[in-house]
Amino acid sequence: MALDNSRDAFVQFNRVQKSYDGETLVVKDLNLDIPKGEFLTMLGPSGSGKTTCLMMLAGFETATHGDIMLDGVSINNIPPHKRGIGMVFQNYALFPHMTIAENLSFPLEVRKMGKSEREEKVKRALDMVEMGAFGGRRPAQLSGGQQQRVALARALVFEPELVLMDEPLGALDKQLREKMQFEITDLAHRLGITVVYVTHDQTEALTMSDRVAVFNDGRIQQIAPPDALYEEPENSFVAQFIGENNTLEGVVKEISNGRALVQLDSGDLIDCKPINVSEPGQRTRVSIRPERVEFHKDRLSPDAHLLKATVKEFIYMGDIFRTRLSVAGNDDFIIKSRNAPDQVRLQPGQEIEIGWLADDCRALDA
Amino acid sequence: MKFTKTLLATTALTVAAGAVAAQEMTIVSWGGAYSKSQLKAYHEPYSAKTGVTIINDDSSAEAVAKLRAMNEAGNVTWDVVDVVAADAMRLCDEGLAMEIDADTQLAPAPDGTPASEDFGDLLVSDCFIPQIVYSTTFGYRTDLVGDTPPTSVCAVFDLENYPGKRSLEKRPINNMEWALLCDGVAKEDVYDVLETPEGQDRALAKLDTIKDSVVWWSAGADTPQLLADGEVIMGSTYNGRLFSVIEEQKQPVAMLWDAQVFDLDGWIIPAGLSEERKQRALDYIYFATDTQRLADQAKYISYGPARASSAPLVGKHEELGIDMAPHMPTDPNNAKNTFLYNYEFWADYRDDIDAKFQAWLAK
Amino acid sequence: MTDQTAGQDMIAADGMPLKKSLAKSLQREKMRALMLIAPLLIFVLITFIFPIGSMLFRSVENSIVQDTLPKTVVALQDWDELSGELPDEAVFTAFVEDFIIAVENKEHTRIGSRLNYEVSGMSSLFRKSARKVKKWDPVQDAPFRDKLIDVDKDWGDPATWSIIKTHSVKYTNGYFLNAIDMQRTAEGAQAQPEDKQILIKLFIRTVKMSLIITGMCILLGYPVAWILANLPNRSANMLMILVLLPFWTSLLVRTSAWKVMLQNQGVINDTLVWLGLVSNDARLEIINNQFGTITAMTHILLPFMILPMYSVMQTIPPSYLRAAKSLGATNWTAFWRVYFPQSIPGIGAGSILVFILAIGYYITPEIVGGTDGVFISNRIAYHISSSLNWGLAAALGAILLAVVLVLYWAYDKIVGIDNVKLG
Repeated sequence: MALDNSRDAFVQFNRVQKSYDGETLVVKDLNLDIPKGEFLTMLGPSGSGKTTCLMMLAGFETATHGDIMLDGVSINNIPPHKRGIGMVFQNYALFPHMTIAENLSFPLEVRKMGKSEREEKVKRALDMVEMGAFGGRRPAQLSGGQQQRVALARALVFEPELVLMDEPLGALDKQLREKMQFEITDLAHRLGITVVYVTHDQTEALTMSDRVAVFNDGRIQQIAPPDALYEEPENSFVAQFIGENNTLEGVVKEISNGRALVQLDSGDLIDCKPINVSEPGQRTRVSIRPERVEFHKDRLSPDAHLLKATVKEFIYMGDIFRTRLSVAGNDDFIIKSRNAPDQVRLQPGQEIEIGWLADDCRALDA
Repeated sequence: MKFTKTLLATTALTVAAGAVAAQEMTIVSWGGAYSKSQLKAYHEPYSAKTGVTIINDDSSAEAVAKLRAMNEAGNVTWDVVDVVAADAMRLCDEGLAMEIDADTQLAPAPDGTPASEDFGDLLVSDCFIPQIVYSTTFGYRTDLVGDTPPTSVCAVFDLENYPGKRSLEKRPINNMEWALLCDGVAKEDVYDVLETPEGQDRALAKLDTIKDSVVWWSAGADTPQLLADGEVIMGSTYNGRLFSVIEEQKQPVAMLWDAQVFDLDGWIIPAGLSEERKQRALDYIYFATDTQRLADQAKYISYGPARASSAPLVGKHEELGIDMAPHMPTDPNNAKNTFLYNYEFWADYRDDIDAKFQAWLAK
Repeated sequence: MTDQTAGQDMIAADGMPLKKSLAKSLQREKMRALMLIAPLLIFVLITFIFPIGSMLFRSVENSIVQDTLPKTVVALQDWDELSGELPDEAVFTAFVEDFIIAVENKEHTRIGSRLNYEVSGMSSLFRKSARKVKKWDPVQDAPFRDKLIDVDKDWGDPATWSIIKTHSVKYTNGYFLNAIDMQRTAEGAQAQPEDKQILIKLFIRTVKMSLIITGMCILLGYPVAWILANLPNRSANMLMILVLLPFWTSLLVRTSAWKVMLQNQGVINDTLVWLGLVSNDARLEIINNQFGTITAMTHILLPFMILPMYSVMQTIPPSYLRAAKSLGATNWTAFWRVYFPQSIPGIGAGSILVFILAIGYYITPEIVGGTDGVFISNRIAYHISSSLNWGLAAALGAILLAVVLVLYWAYDKIVGIDNVKLG
């Protein structure tokens, strides 16, 4: 993985700030290094500043403060067309009055490339996205997925080292989206290009990226590989935002040996892993993933704290069972269990006891 | 006060009219100062006398075409129409205006002279009752013509002594006559010459000598404005318009009465009115064209009354308080050298010569 | 639902063939749609199609001669108008019979006016003759040949009779011939004398100047529309009011305002003289000519160009320009290769609007056009309101309509009419 290479940055945001109105900052003090060949996703709710960052990188917005470096050179004053960055737009932005081949040929023409060379490159790029037969058509004659591929081919045809993608799969249906996710990452790794990808879809972010930068309120909340992000969220925003999550609120009683004893507001005591709590008396929000909650006593460690729970609702979802419980005053406590031959189907009203490994329970900021 | 009075008067009238249905008539005229003079001299006294409400429509410029369209649609909404004599002839020819017998349907002069004699030669069409005599003549900027102000119409063609722009109407009528006159044709021979293609070419050739210095006008208000702006040093227009530039706006402009062309403006009644409306229209005409009314109109505008018997009654301008007689085109001092618009000739040759004139203009 | 056996006609649930059933249900829908547009359809038909149709019909209709002089027309059939000889007594008798009836009905002056369009003098000939002829008796006073020639010597000219015969057809091409500077004569269609040829010249000038005006509107309107489309909504609305402002002033006032601006002693000339750019005795001639017409009409028609352009440009997402730039295009290339082609439908719609409006304008050319800036519409107006030669006016109008349709067709061939968008 790119991450393992030396970390001299290919793209670098250095204390970048951006304000549109001179009153509020949309991007607050952003620092980010992206090594060559990495697939980095900027993930966050709308208004979190991720798209603004992408536009600054592309050159369509200027940074109010700070430097953006590309390959060691500041690009603050370089106009977009000289940056040599490929870009895939949300609605593809294929030129409707040109054929597919003309669309692909466009970046080569403005680079004054010879005709035969252009044709060859266009053909290769179209073949690469399996659209070789569609060169003579117009964008409006293609399906959404086909347009997506053409947009990709067009962003790649002039062989940029950096490609930006702004929610490129947003307009596709679920199945196609999953297929394209795979194709894009595959292509990116095959060509060894650096990709900065913006999305608000966390599944997309998790499945495609080498690293994900979670944006909120103009800041990067956490930047980490997908597994780390999911399993080890560093604050409650990330924990909430990435995947499904159960939260219980309480106060830290004591911290020792990498364990925090938390007294929930209901009075129950549980063991957790302290993440950003440091001393007793702090309020904390405890986060546990639904699939890590266990109600088979025999599968729990003997010293685990157990909590009483009442089954509220049982939902059959095919591959998994999803059960809603009432736990320590929280009526929306979800557990997920695999649909296996020996799995128990809980009944609403049933009283059970649940528990988890202390490492799976993360004590975060309140 | 005035409002209350009017209200009272109206109420009284309405009560008096009683059984008579709301009497209305639509009178079409030219608008502006001219319509105002008619309002004061004719409409207001007539309404006061009879209780008929008069609706003004300023459509005289398109009267001929509109009357034809109304006639074809079978719905004539106008009762009395003010038109120039040439248009009246055309309307009469097309059967769009009704014939009126001057002696039986118009008021005699105060001394008993029948109307046909009182109007005399001015009854140029069977459908037309003349109202005013106006003239198309020239005015010039007194400050732009040097020490020798023009005295002859031929100054218009004299670029050497009177350099500068002059404005002429964008049609052949009058311009062709003046051109021939200044090209040496005797006044009595003008129309004989103009009847021949050679004569027409001759007139156009004369106009050609000043073509580059002419601003062509199509609305009567153009020349007064051009004179006031100093755009032209002389220009033709209706004498009433020049009167208002000189006497009301006090512009440095003077009249050049030489070779003024008399024309007539008057009333017609559209053909095809219902009997009731026809009678009302005739009643209005009888009232509005009597000797005193015609003389009254001259209080408001400097056009000469069409009846011989009205001339002695012309008094002072209602607002300016100046004697109107010397400003009438018919005043002996002004009428030393005049033309009367040749209706017969232009009815025949207007379209033909107009085509030539337009072709010449476009050259 | 339906019987899906291959190779057989589909049958609907009620046993009817599916196609028939579908047609029936569509029929109902169509009827309903027709009912909904019926008020508009009837309105357009009555107020627009019918009057225009009847106006166009006038360009060929010519029954007045036959209706007024029926016997004369029949009698003239045996006369050879090219022989150079006068028709015989039978024609004169027939004419006097017709004429007496015409005078009674007061129709003699109308036919005089009609024939006067062809040859000057007919109007007074008919008016004058009527005074004498109406006193005659068709039987007792015969023969009429010499008597009529006594009334006016023009009756002794074979040309007079030739005119009557030539224009006695019920439907004539005469007006159309007149409209293209030709005339209908006994010897067939012939060109008008050169010094009367004006209409073709005016047609060409009208089309040429309308094209120039359209071009000027594109040049001036495009940047404005672009700014409008790319401003935030608030400022765009403000600017839009400025664009629409001219609409709130009467056409006459706007045109007259141009007069004040452009005339010799006008604002522009005064300013130039004051700045010393132009000497006082060499003021610019910018009114009462083509320049004046083009300037004033461009200003007046500009909104009609800007509005469709604006509404099309609004629909072009800014991402196209960004995409082009990200692909390496300079600002100009991005505009010219990507933005401009997509704005063409707006230009097309605006151009068609402006051109069609321009080609029919007459008030503005009349006021600021002088001699070489007037349009064919000014002649149409003359024939409608002054000469009352509505047949010729209708023929001119029909040709103008045809010119517009031909240009529309050409536009469709070159650019494609589906490439026109009003929004």
